[in-house]
Amino acid sequence: MEHMTIYLLLATAFGLFMAWGIGANDVANAMATSIGSKALTIKQAIVIAAIFEFAGAVLAGGEVTSTIRKGMVDSEAFVQSPELLVFGMLAALAAAGTWLFIASRKGWPVSTTHSIVGAIVGFAAVGLGGDAVKWGKVGAIVASWVISPLTAGIFAFLIFTSIQKLILTRSDPIERAQRYAPVYIFLTVFLISLVTLFKGLKHVGLEVTTVQAYAGSALFAAIIAFVGRYFVMRIKVDKNAEKKFHYATVEKVFALLMVITASAMAFAHGSNDVANAIGPVAAIVSIVQTGAVAQKAALPLWILVLGGFGIVIGLATYGRRVITTVGSHITSLTPSRGFSAELAAAFTIVFASGTGMPVSTTHVLVGAVLGVGMARGISAINLGVVGRIFLSWVITIPAGAMLSIVFFFILKAIFGS
Amino acid sequence: MGNYISKIFGASPVAPIQDHMELCYKAARELITFFEFVVADDWDKVVETRAKIVALENDADDAKKNIRMQLSKALFMPVARGDLLDLVLVQDKIPNLARDVSGLIVGREMRIPAAVQDLFIEFVKRNVDAAKGARKTIRELDELYETGFRGAEADLVIELIADLDQIENDTDALQMKLRRALFAIEQELEPIDVIFLYRVIETIGDIGDMAERIGRRLELLMTH
Repeated sequence: MEHMTIYLLLATAFGLFMAWGIGANDVANAMATSIGSKALTIKQAIVIAAIFEFAGAVLAGGEVTSTIRKGMVDSEAFVQSPELLVFGMLAALAAAGTWLFIASRKGWPVSTTHSIVGAIVGFAAVGLGGDAVKWGKVGAIVASWVISPLTAGIFAFLIFTSIQKLILTRSDPIERAQRYAPVYIFLTVFLISLVTLFKGLKHVGLEVTTVQAYAGSALFAAIIAFVGRYFVMRIKVDKNAEKKFHYATVEKVFALLMVITASAMAFAHGSNDVANAIGPVAAIVSIVQTGAVAQKAALPLWILVLGGFGIVIGLATYGRRVITTVGSHITSLTPSRGFSAELAAAFTIVFASGTGMPVSTTHVLVGAVLGVGMARGISAINLGVVGRIFLSWVITIPAGAMLSIVFFFILKAIFGS
Repeated sequence: MGNYISKIFGASPVAPIQDHMELCYKAARELITFFEFVVADDWDKVVETRAKIVALENDADDAKKNIRMQLSKALFMPVARGDLLDLVLVQDKIPNLARDVSGLIVGREMRIPAAVQDLFIEFVKRNVDAAKGARKTIRELDELYETGFRGAEADLVIELIADLDQIENDTDALQMKLRRALFAIEQELEPIDVIFLYRVIETIGDIGDMAERIGRRLELLMTH
């Protein structure tokens, strides 16, 4: 294939740029509830995010990346001219990156997932024709965009209601909080590990049986729960804080739990969003190396590592500023609420990652927050902003698609014959 | 820069409502020293205290307006916007009553007849106790939000409201006693002064009533 090196260079550059953008902008949204509830300091949030975004990307990002790489586009249609697929994927990356840049600047809601999916469907449908798109899969993806916030909302509602019933409404909330905290820790770690072991590790080269998955998850969760219990029992009642707010100590317990859920959120976000940057790169690499996007070809690990790396760099260089701004806007979110929303969101996202569905992590988190709100948990939710976020796909999908089509034809003109 | 998820969280009305109640209680509390100065015939101090009450009432008004502006219709809350606004409205009546009473006394240079002075001061104090009780219940608002208006905290608040009702009953009993005492001596006093004195007693009694209504409103919030 001609121009192989240029394509690879462009792919890496655009891919890293996308990943950087995700790290700089999107991670802040995933960590928003942890910062806003004052459960973590900015510094702690960044460290946790850096470690777990990377882990999530590498250990659990394979399925979604595969979907972006070859799940939406019918490679049969490109057999004659595989370089068109290269142009298309490059165009999609450039489009999504550009849209991320523009919308962030303007302060509009932007979902990296919506952008890249819109861009890919855009160039494939227009650049090559409707047959080039696997509409069944695309339909399933769109369905997941509706289902994921809903399930996160229901799950968050149930979790928060359980916290209310078991802890908050009782006359001995502090003791109960300390008693049940390890259970909640176990639940969080078990669920996230289970999905990861079942689906995620394939791409790292590990095959795990069902029994091993359950047993491994349970063991890991038990260990973390045990360690967590030690720290929870060490929490002392702060008499002064209790005077101002009788539930200050209970919320301290949940602030500790949020360290776990913040890690889970970062892991989940990494697992789902790394694909937005690195899926197209994987497709390009595959074509350039073999001349076609073989449906059965395995996803090379180094691509996931590259994506994870890009996200962490973005977070380290620019993310701090964004996270600080995000945290300063939230004034009254208590840790028990943040915990409920994060656990629900993290599990939903990791589950989506496990099934290869690219979802908008922000929509899922908003859905989870609404779920807690329905349980009378949040003092005030601005429905206007919620509506704007949920409707953002109306602009993002066409914008991503149009930009992608434009870039596609430009690339075709420059490199095509 | 795309950091919009934090914007879905609106400002909580709880702290502003609690702060407003503090101001309302403080305005009512000034009435004790106000009437002690009236009884001591220290008219300079009387006017000074009235100025304090007016200042507190103005601050309460500003706080009330801010709360109204903050509670936009687009907010999804565990408590209905109307219920919260009604609560603030009732709270706000207390400093208004304090202002009315003090204005009447200062404007007409009213004195309290010696025979009923002790009973009168006791009456004022008990009504301020009612306002204090109302403040105590409103101080639990953040804890009520925390627990979702159910459970052990809700039971605690219901007890506090019951205590508040008890205090208000006391003020009703005291008011009857005071009016009886005034009735016994009213023939010896200037008729117009007596009429206004009855009005002052009634208005002070309204403070206790408003305090009880605050408790009722809070109960409503919990049961919705």
